[in-house]
Amino acid sequence: MKMSKNKEKKFRVSYYKTFKEPATKTIIYVVLIGIGYAYLYPLLYMITSSFMSVEDLVNPTVVWIPTKLTLDNFVRAWKVLEMPKALWNSVYTSVIPALAQSFITALIAYGLSRFEFPLKRFWIVLMLATFLIPTQVTLVTKYVLFSTLRLTDSIFATFLPAIFGQGIRSAIFILLYLNFFNMLPKAFDEAAEIDGANTFQIFYKIILPLSLPAIVTTFIFSLVWYWNETLLSGLLLGNKIKTLPLELRDFVVRYAVMFPTADGSAANRINEGIRMAATMITILPLLITYLFLQRQFVESLERTGITGE
Amino acid sequence: MKRSTRRALAGYMYTLPWIIGFAVFTAYPFFYSLYLSFFNVNFTVDGIEATFVGWKYYIYAFRTDPAFPINFWNTILNIVLSTPLIIIFSLIVAILLNRKLVARAFFRLLYFLPVVIVSGPVVAELVANNAASIVDPRRYFIYRFFQMIPNTISYPFLYMFNNLVLILWFSGVQIIFFLAGLQKISNSIYEAAQIDGANDWVIFWKITLPLIKPFVLVNTIYTIVDLASFANNAVNTSITQHMFDIDKPYSYSAALSWIYFAAVMLILGIAYLLLRERRKTRI
Repeated sequence: MKMSKNKEKKFRVSYYKTFKEPATKTIIYVVLIGIGYAYLYPLLYMITSSFMSVEDLVNPTVVWIPTKLTLDNFVRAWKVLEMPKALWNSVYTSVIPALAQSFITALIAYGLSRFEFPLKRFWIVLMLATFLIPTQVTLVTKYVLFSTLRLTDSIFATFLPAIFGQGIRSAIFILLYLNFFNMLPKAFDEAAEIDGANTFQIFYKIILPLSLPAIVTTFIFSLVWYWNETLLSGLLLGNKIKTLPLELRDFVVRYAVMFPTADGSAANRINEGIRMAATMITILPLLITYLFLQRQFVESLERTGITGE
Repeated sequence: MKRSTRRALAGYMYTLPWIIGFAVFTAYPFFYSLYLSFFNVNFTVDGIEATFVGWKYYIYAFRTDPAFPINFWNTILNIVLSTPLIIIFSLIVAILLNRKLVARAFFRLLYFLPVVIVSGPVVAELVANNAASIVDPRRYFIYRFFQMIPNTISYPFLYMFNNLVLILWFSGVQIIFFLAGLQKISNSIYEAAQIDGANDWVIFWKITLPLIKPFVLVNTIYTIVDLASFANNAVNTSITQHMFDIDKPYSYSAALSWIYFAAVMLILGIAYLLLRERRKTRI
């Protein structure tokens, strides 16, 4: 009786090792690659059609690979996007608020993590509640506010909210820092306090250097979210400071102005290839950043303990 | 001064920027837009002059405006349909990625990519140029099957087929978050279950799902807020479009945004009630 049970178990283990496990693995890989293809499809489509000439675009037999590579689309898209200028606009309108946001949310979270004061829980709950307010509820009145202050079309329209902890999704970042600071032992603070450090010195000299992963995460995500934000910045910066996504938003209209088709020539007509080239130019800076900083992007989220302990 | 008082003051000092910012850049615009939605705005030399009009713009939005009700219901429907799809999809992907795989880092990198590059205009361009419709679903039998059955039942399925890429593209953060949650579940629980003879299916329903449930709630809230604030959705564009209407500047947009806000809050509330942790009556 005992023997046969052992045998059966042995058989089941070997069955699992030789058939079931490789089969599951294969299925998982197929599924993951399939999903990966679906993820990449828009990008692949964009890359190939941005290199296609008009003849290739209308030719139904040309599906993926262009018959001849043309850079004409990029040259035109580059011009219409006002490229070096738009890139520069994007860089400074996202780097400056992102820097402000990463520093100020850390400071606020430090206050919430290390000190006991009346109404603390109330402020934390209120802070989390602000995350739920969609941007467009305050869109109109933010515009009114900033135009009364005469701050529209200047970097201050995005910089000021960021420096007061009201940037894009600030609540998430404060929460992230709060979790991270709560994980740091309080013994460090106490030791520094005995040595005569004041609270800001403790923050600046001890907490900040220990929080590098949290800082990196906050900065990267603020940067990406500020870069890609168009709803609010389109309204507040829209006329003067045109970032890359804003240029892309108005691409079709601006193209028609720069390359008029009034003379009836088909050569100037906008096509898929040009629009895809413009889209590619728009996402390329972030794409390159992502490929270089991939570890920081993906792993930092886990290291900062945003999931809570 | 007592030490505790000093500490409390210091705590307020550090939180103060947020409190000021909240008052000026969040609370004030928030309530002011509620106020404006009930008033008619006139521009005078002294600034803005407002006259009370009551619910006029709210009624106008649904009774007179030809486009808003359609845009509104479409957007709400999109949020309601996309959210569960995104959550289920990202949970499945996270569970698959949680195994020991050779190319795990690569897949994670791939699935997170859209989070970095997705912005309103980029998605608009991709959709406009058919780059986001991966397969023409009309060619497939299953799509035609769903087309045959009554619209109310088939709509969610057809919606899924038509928006596949967008659903995938909005799940990057959720996948990473689920993955972090899954990695917190200790391996010994799985081993214990396996020794007790549980198969993968049972393990998923009895161990993984209950332990990952708090993450489902957080992810759902994140997804709803993310989708609701996305610059491209029809409600957001109509809010921006109506901002400078000559006969009803600001107010009509404010009223629209509050209608939308109320609807989004309702969805969030329902999601919370469905997914919250129920207090255990017995252990």
